[in-house]
Amino acid sequence: MTTTPTQATDLVTLTIDGIEVSVPKGSLIIRAAEEAGIEIPRFCDHPSLDPVGACRQCLVEVWMPGPPGPDGTPSEARQMQGPPGRMKPQASCTMTVAPGMVVKTQVTSEAIDKAQQGVMELLLINHPLDCPVCDKGGECPLQNQAMSAGRETSRFEDSKRTYPKPVNISSQVLLDRERCVLCARCTRFSDQVAGDPFIALVERGALQQVGIYEEQPFESYFSGNTVQICPVGALTGAAYRFRSRPFDLVSTPSVCEHCASGCAQRTDHRRGTILRRMAQNDPEVNGEWNCDKGRWAFAYSSVGDRFEFPMVRENGELRVASWPEALRVAAAGLGHANASGVLVGGRVSAEDAYAYAKFARQVLGTNDIDFRARPHSAEEADFLAASVVGTGPQGGAVTYTDLGSASTVLLLGFEPEDESPIVFLRLRKAFRKNKTRVYAVSPVASRGLAKMGGQLIASAPGTEAEVIAAIKAGRGSKRVEEAAAALAEGGVILVGERLATVPGALSAAAALAEHTGARLAWVPRRAGERGALEAGAFPTLLPGGRLVTDASARAEVALAWDLAGLPDTPGRDCAGIVAALRSGELDGVVIGGVDPFDLGIGDADAVLGGAFVVSLEQRPSAATAYADVILPVATVAEKSGTFVDWEGRPRSFEAALTTTYVSDYRALDMLADEMGHFLGCRTQREVADEMTSLGAGTGPRPTAPNVPPAEPRQVADGHLVLATWRHLLDQGSMQDGEPFLAGTAPRATARVSATTAQTLGLADGDEVRVDLVTGACVVALVTISEMADHVIWLPTNSAGSDLRVALATEGGDHVFVTKDGDA
Amino acid sequence: MADEQKSPGFFAELFAPIAGFGVTFSTMFRKVVTEEYPEEKRPTARRFHGRHQLNRHPDGLEKCVGCELCAWACPADAILVEGATNDDTPIEDGGAGRFSPGERYGRVYQINYLRCIFCGLCIEACPTRALTMTNFYELADNNRADLIFTKEQLLAPLQSGMVQPPHPMVEGLEERDYYLGAVTAATDAQRAHVEEQSMRHTQEPTEEVH
Ligand code: SF4
Ligand code: SF4
Ligand code: SF4
Ligand code: SF4
Ligand code: FES
Repeated sequence: MTTTPTQATDLVTLTIDGIEVSVPKGSLIIRAAEEAGIEIPRFCDHPSLDPVGACRQCLVEVWMPGPPGPDGTPSEARQMQGPPGRMKPQASCTMTVAPGMVVKTQVTSEAIDKAQQGVMELLLINHPLDCPVCDKGGECPLQNQAMSAGRETSRFEDSKRTYPKPVNISSQVLLDRERCVLCARCTRFSDQVAGDPFIALVERGALQQVGIYEEQPFESYFSGNTVQICPVGALTGAAYRFRSRPFDLVSTPSVCEHCASGCAQRTDHRRGTILRRMAQNDPEVNGEWNCDKGRWAFAYSSVGDRFEFPMVRENGELRVASWPEALRVAAAGLGHANASGVLVGGRVSAEDAYAYAKFARQVLGTNDIDFRARPHSAEEADFLAASVVGTGPQGGAVTYTDLGSASTVLLLGFEPEDESPIVFLRLRKAFRKNKTRVYAVSPVASRGLAKMGGQLIASAPGTEAEVIAAIKAGRGSKRVEEAAAALAEGGVILVGERLATVPGALSAAAALAEHTGARLAWVPRRAGERGALEAGAFPTLLPGGRLVTDASARAEVALAWDLAGLPDTPGRDCAGIVAALRSGELDGVVIGGVDPFDLGIGDADAVLGGAFVVSLEQRPSAATAYADVILPVATVAEKSGTFVDWEGRPRSFEAALTTTYVSDYRALDMLADEMGHFLGCRTQREVADEMTSLGAGTGPRPTAPNVPPAEPRQVADGHLVLATWRHLLDQGSMQDGEPFLAGTAPRATARVSATTAQTLGLADGDEVRVDLVTGACVVALVTISEMADHVIWLPTNSAGSDLRVALATEGGDHVFVTKDGDA
Repeated sequence: MADEQKSPGFFAELFAPIAGFGVTFSTMFRKVVTEEYPEEKRPTARRFHGRHQLNRHPDGLEKCVGCELCAWACPADAILVEGATNDDTPIEDGGAGRFSPGERYGRVYQINYLRCIFCGLCIEACPTRALTMTNFYELADNNRADLIFTKEQLLAPLQSGMVQPPHPMVEGLEERDYYLGAVTAATDAQRAHVEEQSMRHTQEPTEEVH
């Protein structure tokens, strides 16, 4: 933590219910009361939202010290009054503390107890007695506080206000208006925290309600948080509606498997079925929030197509087999292969990645292992080895807290809202509270960038390296100069995984950090990537960031693993492994949760058809058709392990469900055993202990890569350069089985600059046809005022726009765009 | 040391051989209290706590809303409920059907009579009067599984005027009207719906959904 210890002079001392408390200046009375252990009932108050004083449930009696007498000491405290002689209750959630203040809550003031009961009675006048059919029943602040701060019986005899049953705020969030207590938590969250003010309180008086804007749907990646913080059951999630009661649920602390933000979550299950996930409070990481993907995308494990048993291929068909048989076939196949590689994918836990890393070196005798199942480069490998691996909050690496207090943040090839939502929330908070300046080197100014108050440094895909070099030189457009000047005063550079696709860009980023003194952090997209890097599931690195080429590091690991030696040549990366499989140099491969399309393999037949494929998978994927042996493995809810978030912070999680599924490390251990090796990866504890005792390498860090920028290819007439990233909610297979969530995914649109649209004779809203090397896609056109020219942006893997294979194909990044219907 | 035995007297000595039958003889002339169960069954007290029943609205829709309050109240943890959403999408279009008025119904409902202590707290907890107790007490069996009663067993039989759900609510009425006594029997439209569904079912038997 970088906050300085609170000075005694910053403290204000007051008395609450006769208890003296000292709290930081500017604190709210309600927070001070919490310090003193006194609970004041509340609805609208939320520590992470600006105070609003909407519900009036938190009334207290306040006495202020009188003016100082002749000797300078304040006179007797005086009660704050409305009409003279009558106490005026104050809302404790909006009033800040003052020295010498005396506060009486419902505990010591009878009048306040009565006032709170009055407020509660008014709130309940229009509240339906809906508890039996309300999802909040059993965990409802209104239920609880009606018991603690309300009267036993109601005096209201008229008919209550009713509304037709629920309104769909989005396909996932439902609003029962009559339950709403108008606390404005949801609207304040959307407006302040998420920056998506698509809901607001409309109408007045008894008819006041939460409303949506008709033209603009409530499209937000963070809408689930409104369901969680609504103090009544007015907002509910469609997926959990009427499913369960809190006392049915068993809760397990868990960590989200969907991105490298590393959100702390809670997984609630009932008799072996996961029913919901909630954000868990972790101030250092996700605060109290998570994103809708983390909250709702968990049904993929129960859509009914899980591999329950091992399978082996016989006469061209996969059939169910016993574990011993499958292991025997897999061991024989890999044993007969001349050379095998390992594709890990970025979704496994650090323990799993470690087992893959060890399996490759010890059993297969190769360094051909890589977790980067996405576009990557050798430059990236050098960059990761030089600047990323082995860093972490303990070692002074960039943390969420640092983002919150940074004066300037430069985003390179990184779209936080889509690629790491909690980083986005942190940057938005930094912008709101700390006036952090955000600059983004990107082809297009996204809505997310606007919400962070960010400025675009427009760069067409492929030109990022030059733009970064220009920032380093401090010469270029006005904005580049501003950014350069701001960075020079210290700041943070966040590098996304997409920068790996631009030759020289990562070298330039490292050089920029070096030159300006700004701190550098790498933010991958998938949850397992950082852990896999640390665990050595990488062609040039052994566990702990040890270089494969460093003899003493190799010896250290070999000693720990009880081996005579380790393979000493750096291995092939993902692309290299795929190429070697295609050419037949490799004829065996172990695949852990990698979809060939993620690797941009369009011709899976040519790549995997000839090789012996052992696939460790949860559900069928495009690799299944080529697998010779399938070993079923556990999903994140069924195993314990650790993810490492982008900061380098380990995020351990427990198994929520007890099943017979094994985690990847256990399957690999059994396979190694069958092949005559002892891997020592039988339990999570065993793996984790070994990783800890091995620790980080102490060898010298390699220097950052210095790859010169490549000359971008000439754009042929009428062609546009393709820019892309994935939407947070898209067609990813881990979002399967949740139609309500899918309904909130952004629609695929093509974005071009206004100038480009004009040159092409296209207008906003036109349906355009984009000719990709893999076929065409037809999407609606959106013109963006701030965007690089001659560039078209499409989502990587949304419905109607799957670019994964096209992008990996030579020349696939230049596309031809016409109006749909024109020849 | 033993006391000298006193003579019991003339009559006592006379009847001594049959004195042991005294109770027998005197009982022979009293009213018989034996119940000839199971040949003859006698009614219980009117408020006897017997087996539960899940009641229906007069048109046949279920009263249970799946709120689980009964399960919550149960001190013996004998009740298991899972709620679900009523679905007015036509069944032929993949709808799951409507079983109760309003939005929510009890999809799964089980009472475990191996656990139930017949305290009746569940009845008190039920907000809709869906759950009541009957006087039925013959709850013995030779295996455990059969003593977990499912929703089908617990649901009250259809009475005259009722039709078997799933079917829509009475046209033009809201959920609350059901509690205000506005519904007295299934309407023609509801009957027609159920008949149509059962015709469809007999014509093209679809997969069982349980
Ligand atoms: S919907 Fe919930 S969070 Fe929003 S204003 Fe109403 S009570 Fe508050
Ligand atoms: S931000 Fe990332 S880690 Fe957090 S809930 Fe969303 S997908 Fe999961
Ligand atoms: S009668 Fe008592 S023990 Fe039996 S189910 Fe009801 S609450 Fe439970
Ligand atoms: S029987 Fe009554 S208390 Fe139990 S779930 Fe149904 S409605 Fe609720
Ligand atoms: S909590 Fe203070 S006014 Fe709502």
